[in-house]
Amino acid sequence: MLRLIATRVLSTIPVMGVVALIVFFMLRLSGDPAAILAGDTASSEQVERIRVSLGLTRPVYEQFFGWIVQLLRFDLGTSLFTGLPVTTLIAQRIEPTAMLALTTIVFSVLVAVPMGVLAAWKSGGWIDRLVMVFCVLGFSVPVFVMGYFLIFNFAINLRWLPVQGYTSPFVDFGRFISQITLPTLTLSFIYIALIARITRASVIEVLGEDYIRTARAKGQIELKVLFRHALKNAAVPIVTVIGLGVALLIGGVVVTESVYNIPGLGRLVVDAITRRDYPIIQGLILFFALVYIVLNLIIDIVYTLVDPRIRY
Amino acid sequence: MSAPATTLPPARLTGLMPFLRRYPLVAIAGVILAAIVLAAVFAPLMGTRDPTSMSPLQRLRPPSDAYWLGTDHLGRDVWSRLVFGARVSVIVGLAVAALSVGLGLVIGLVAGYIRWLDAIVMRIMDGLMAIPGILLAIALVSVSGASLWTVIIAIMVPEIPRVVRLVRSVVLTVREEPYVEAAVSVGTKLPLILIRHILPNCIPPLIVQATYVAASAMLTEAILSFLGAGTPPIIPSWGNMVAEGRLLFQIQPWNLLWPGIALAVTILSVNVLGDGLRDRLDPKLAKRM
Repeated sequence: MLRLIATRVLSTIPVMGVVALIVFFMLRLSGDPAAILAGDTASSEQVERIRVSLGLTRPVYEQFFGWIVQLLRFDLGTSLFTGLPVTTLIAQRIEPTAMLALTTIVFSVLVAVPMGVLAAWKSGGWIDRLVMVFCVLGFSVPVFVMGYFLIFNFAINLRWLPVQGYTSPFVDFGRFISQITLPTLTLSFIYIALIARITRASVIEVLGEDYIRTARAKGQIELKVLFRHALKNAAVPIVTVIGLGVALLIGGVVVTESVYNIPGLGRLVVDAITRRDYPIIQGLILFFALVYIVLNLIIDIVYTLVDPRIRY
Repeated sequence: MSAPATTLPPARLTGLMPFLRRYPLVAIAGVILAAIVLAAVFAPLMGTRDPTSMSPLQRLRPPSDAYWLGTDHLGRDVWSRLVFGARVSVIVGLAVAALSVGLGLVIGLVAGYIRWLDAIVMRIMDGLMAIPGILLAIALVSVSGASLWTVIIAIMVPEIPRVVRLVRSVVLTVREEPYVEAAVSVGTKLPLILIRHILPNCIPPLIVQATYVAASAMLTEAILSFLGAGTPPIIPSWGNMVAEGRLLFQIQPWNLLWPGIALAVTILSVNVLGDGLRDRLDPKLAKRM
């Protein structure tokens, strides 16, 4: 078992390496990185100074390995605009993003899984159709459209919830809940659609199995058949999609934080775009990719521990 | 891919009309999409005026005979911007779908068939998939400067791995089929095997995938423009309209709502069409979804 985990952990190294390569060469493929970093108004001396200070005069392979060594020391470089290390900026902004992601995942799973199971149980009926319509809508309505729709109705018209902002739950929990509700609903929409669709599909498949018939034949109540026998066996694809959906979630976070003015990592990216603060964009891509890879690695390892059918 | 005929749904055995009668939503989606594409192509004939011309005296006007959907904060006609904005979404959707499916097909075919290449290509694809698509696109646009082409390429790159994986999975199943072995054993050249025997199996799932790619490309373009890293603000696009509309959202929500509705309806139609195509072309996948 330990060897198995070690193999899986090791297998993420090449993926991280490729991510680093892509991020490294992206800035270089599109022309002179020093000129990009300096901006349109910079003089040629300024560009030259940046080139020397970033070590861009050295051979490319030397630059790349130097950069990798820097990354291994958890050094993501320095923001051009604020002069602060990118890791410091990430640490400052991570809480709102982590909270939003957490509330979204919890809420989505709590809503989507029963929804998918119900749709599978009544497959072909009106509940099923309703769930499927919801899923197609979830994939079609842009996050910001959903966000402004909710703000317009629940914050401006009904005045039930605040329009935007963020308060840490460690400071004022009640305020945190009232402010995080609309962003969570906004971001959950597409995530619920994704999870409900997979739950429905995998439960439908499992419901045809012999052990479900046996469970029903021995008089097990239907709720237990669905949630104990069927859902448990359908769990692997559902958990996989929750993990893969994190990529979708990260994209959504960037937009949702902009709509609701939440000072998280998403805002950090958007501000970095307008200021052309490339080290921040680079650092955040690496950071999000790492989160995605580690999360999916954990999910992968948990399967092998939980599901005896999976052996690599 | 070669499902026995008995498992095919009846829709496949009958013609297009009975299929559309069985799935009326697909027909409606098709009509809506056709209307949007026609409006985009014939935008100047749709009762529009210059979508970029500003008239400061006519700012934030409500809908009227002169301005069907009112005007925005610079006095530009919202209806004209909406119709011309459809061009951007249609172009981005089609271009990204065509380019990513084309490139993904070539990479997937070669990777799936040539084993030593497979490992390398798939590691690169894993790396690309690990970077959230929107972030990758944002980074690509911010280093290359905003233009419609940069946006198309930036959206295309993160879509490629999905296509490659799909094509590769088809190739891996098909390459073991007796007819491929037969072709190999009589000395058929590799490109010919790929094109004549393996490619046709990839087409149905790829058509379905292309519609989903188009939908997600339109969505990403709007998000990029909304965040200020997309189509240059001077070009009227639905994403730009939403980005501008949000400034005065609390006073005049309609300027944000119109492009929002247009986006949602268009993407919804593409997705419904994709689901319909999937049910018709790829019954095995349809069962799994």
